[in-house]
Amino acid sequence: MSGRHLLGVGDLGAEGIGEVLRLAETFEEVGRRPIPRVPALRGKTVVSTFFEESTRTRLSFELAAKRLSADLSTFSSASSSLKKGESLRDTVLTIEAMGVDAFVVRHACAGVPAQVAGWLSGEASVVNAGDGAHEHPTQALLDCYTLVRERRARFGAEPQRPLALAGLHVAIVGDIRHSRVARSCLLAFSALGASVTLVAPPTLLPPALEGWPVEVSHDLDALLPKCDVVYLLRLQNERMEGQFLPSPREYTATYGLTAERARLLGPSALVMHPGPVRRGVELAAEVADGPASLVTSQVASGVAVRMAVLYLLLGSGALVGA
Amino acid sequence: MGKRERALLRPGKFRGRVLVMDAGDVQRAVWRIAHEILERNRGTEGLVLVGLQSGGVWLAKELAKAVAAASGSEAGRAVPVGALDVAYYRDDIGLRPVLPVAATDVPVALDEAVVVLCDDVIFTGRTVRAALNALMDIGRPAAVQLAVMVDRGYRELPVRPDYVGKNLPTRRDEMVDVSSEGVMLGEVVDEVSAGGQS
Amino acid sequence: MLVAGGTVVDQGGSRRADVLVKGEVVAEVGEGRALRAPAGADVLDASGCVVAPGLVDLHAHLREPGAEEAESIETGARAAALGGYTAVVAMPNTSPPADSAAVVRQVLQLAKGASCDVRPAGTITLGREGRVLSPMAELAALGVTLFTDDGTGVQDPGLMRRAMEYASVLGGVIADHCEDAYLVGAGVVNEGAVSSALGLPGRPAVAEEVMVLRDLALARLTGARLHLLHLSAAASVAAVRAATASGVQVTAEATPHHLALTQEWLAGYSTAFKVNPPLRTSADMMALRQGLSDGTIDVIATDHAPHPPEAKETSMCEAAPGMVGLETALAVSMTVLLDPPGSLSSPGRDNEAGQEHWTGLPLERLLAAMSWLPAKIAGLSALHGGPVAPGAPANLCVVDPARKWVVRPEKLASRSHNTPFAGQELTGKVRHTLLAGEPVVVAEEAQR
Ligand SMILES: [Zn+2]
Repeated sequence: MSGRHLLGVGDLGAEGIGEVLRLAETFEEVGRRPIPRVPALRGKTVVSTFFEESTRTRLSFELAAKRLSADLSTFSSASSSLKKGESLRDTVLTIEAMGVDAFVVRHACAGVPAQVAGWLSGEASVVNAGDGAHEHPTQALLDCYTLVRERRARFGAEPQRPLALAGLHVAIVGDIRHSRVARSCLLAFSALGASVTLVAPPTLLPPALEGWPVEVSHDLDALLPKCDVVYLLRLQNERMEGQFLPSPREYTATYGLTAERARLLGPSALVMHPGPVRRGVELAAEVADGPASLVTSQVASGVAVRMAVLYLLLGSGALVGA
Repeated sequence: MGKRERALLRPGKFRGRVLVMDAGDVQRAVWRIAHEILERNRGTEGLVLVGLQSGGVWLAKELAKAVAAASGSEAGRAVPVGALDVAYYRDDIGLRPVLPVAATDVPVALDEAVVVLCDDVIFTGRTVRAALNALMDIGRPAAVQLAVMVDRGYRELPVRPDYVGKNLPTRRDEMVDVSSEGVMLGEVVDEVSAGGQS
Repeated sequence: MLVAGGTVVDQGGSRRADVLVKGEVVAEVGEGRALRAPAGADVLDASGCVVAPGLVDLHAHLREPGAEEAESIETGARAAALGGYTAVVAMPNTSPPADSAAVVRQVLQLAKGASCDVRPAGTITLGREGRVLSPMAELAALGVTLFTDDGTGVQDPGLMRRAMEYASVLGGVIADHCEDAYLVGAGVVNEGAVSSALGLPGRPAVAEEVMVLRDLALARLTGARLHLLHLSAAASVAAVRAATASGVQVTAEATPHHLALTQEWLAGYSTAFKVNPPLRTSADMMALRQGLSDGTIDVIATDHAPHPPEAKETSMCEAAPGMVGLETALAVSMTVLLDPPGSLSSPGRDNEAGQEHWTGLPLERLLAAMSWLPAKIAGLSALHGGPVAPGAPANLCVVDPARKWVVRPEKLASRSHNTPFAGQELTGKVRHTLLAGEPVVVAEEAQR
């Protein structure tokens, strides 16, 4: 990792992602121990600042910090209201003044983690835990980790370094436009050598894709036989109310991975979803629970990958010589 | 100072000066330690050899072979070998780059086992301290013993090895390189000046 | 008072001339010869400077009443004077808004003694809610000449038609902030490559274009005078050009920030660059400059939009849109638009690539866009915008075109410091400003 923050997948590059994946393996072993905790970040303080609620990501980060023996504080805008006159910057600087080594930041608006990084006066690190429709880098990292691990376990596929996903064809399907997960995943997958195709109705694609390392398709059926991995995105409630899509039913009929459609997949194709799965909409229940699904494995990788990120930023001393 | 500390301290190339043990000396030391382990523990029952990443892992493997071969009565019964990475337990995290070499891999339960920690060199004792803490998070051994190929002195903690290949007086700034090929005393030099010599 | 050693530039052209001011008016313009100051009269050094009619801003948010933490009429007028302005039209989106005679009277009252002539604009609809027409005739009787719901556009086309019809006999102008709210949605930056890369919701250029086209059609229908505020998109410029050619009574403005900056400045999520309409592509920026060059765009207006720090030091989505501009408008315009064109330090190559095709404006065109044309649109030509001639009101600015200076936000006289030009070196600075013969700025220092 080259910098002191993890704001996006671009901060890492293929080498950095590889380093996270390597460390995540060591932390996964820690997680299997009777006492799944190491003293690596004793004396460090991590504060999780979630301006947008997210139980799963918050829990995962907090568990990661605790398993590294860091001191953990929690800020949520629900519990500490941002009053008129106190800016977001004031809030962040107040927390910084209490002595914090890392901010884990989630915000409904893109760019807040970068803004926080710019406001800090000291040496604290910022980890992006999801910002608007921008990035969710640790989700992408845990997806890469899951994919590499599962391909090794299932097919004995030893990943090449640094291009651990070289030659794979990944389809990312669904609401790309509003998805921070899609952005981080497509950047991470392609950084590791995979070729990525985005599949969505035009209303759910970003307005401009020039310069993105992706292809675009609107025909999932034609694509499925060629896919090594199908990554389905969660469809938010508010997108299904008619402004972007006529109905969930029509979405499922065109872009959902139904049981019937899943039969188009090759025998070694894998199915991923960042969760929580909307069964029967993005993904049929029998596919989500079927042998090709990595959904449970993805959830299980979260803590180890976030331990790796926190350790790299706060403990590894990767910055000592930088 | 072994390979691990060297790598952590500063980038550079090890330049050997004196060969203090040759391959034969190392092999004989392994055999002797294997016999001492057997003698002290009255056989291989409950014995687990755990090498510290990365310099101690080959020693654990060599000792396991030697212990199995020497315990004639129980020939064929392999002694379990593990590898322990103590990076996350080190007390110099934050002071210098500390990254694990590989995941810890201890294939058997350590509860009630006799664990022999194996490392190439003992120096300050801080790595062994870290290793003891790591072991306690993995299980509750009946006893923990320590085998090293070289004891070079300069202890900073009350740690003493149970089995030693060779006591080697050194200067503090010297480096010791240990492998099955032999033990070499020398210095770490900058990549640049090392390159200039070759 | 003698303004000595300068070159007078007004609608009559450019000539070396001292200017003698007596009382509130210009007494003598000594073309080609030095004038002697009468005994006891002050002399303002204008050597190396341009002496021009005071600038007129059609678009300044002075925030009073209601948001005095951001700006007051006093501080805003002082900032204006330092920027060379002798008149500004105060936008009506105050709290309460200028949708009644009472608020307009209050603004006029507060403006007495200010460092420049402050002319309140009135709203088109009550509360700027886009539902009920404001008492435009009553406001016009108090001197209001410009009606706008700025901050947002009038979304209801039927109501906009009625507003134009009603205002067409009042001698006023209907000014619209053209962005269709449905197309804008929750957008915060220009829709396109930058919004996609940043993951921020986009405000598409077409949101401006469709409302510009609607307003032009309604102006054609009603015969009303239409003024289009802060155009930002190439398509809007093209639409205005076509409409002007076919005889629609339309004038248009562009802001210094849309003429100087592009969406690439948003790449670091700096809220200082968040503004509505948003900074767009270099192609849009160049189309605006071209429009200014060929007269499609008549006016450079500041859209001076002060905000206190807490309104900007938040997320891009929540941050208040807008930037201060009164003190930098002339200098930014001179720096990037004059012949030969200079450039700002730039965040990306895109910004510079476009500028290669820009050949530059003559100073006289720039001053027209910032002084006599806006004065005419606001109905202020009797007092402001020159020409500099004996008997004319002495509303003048004296500009040193070679003076280089660096924008320091904390040094701005505006109560708010939300400038996107922080740290930029600009060329050209106002040295003196005369308001009705009174020196309100002398040697770059405010006198009131
Ligand atoms: Zn506006």
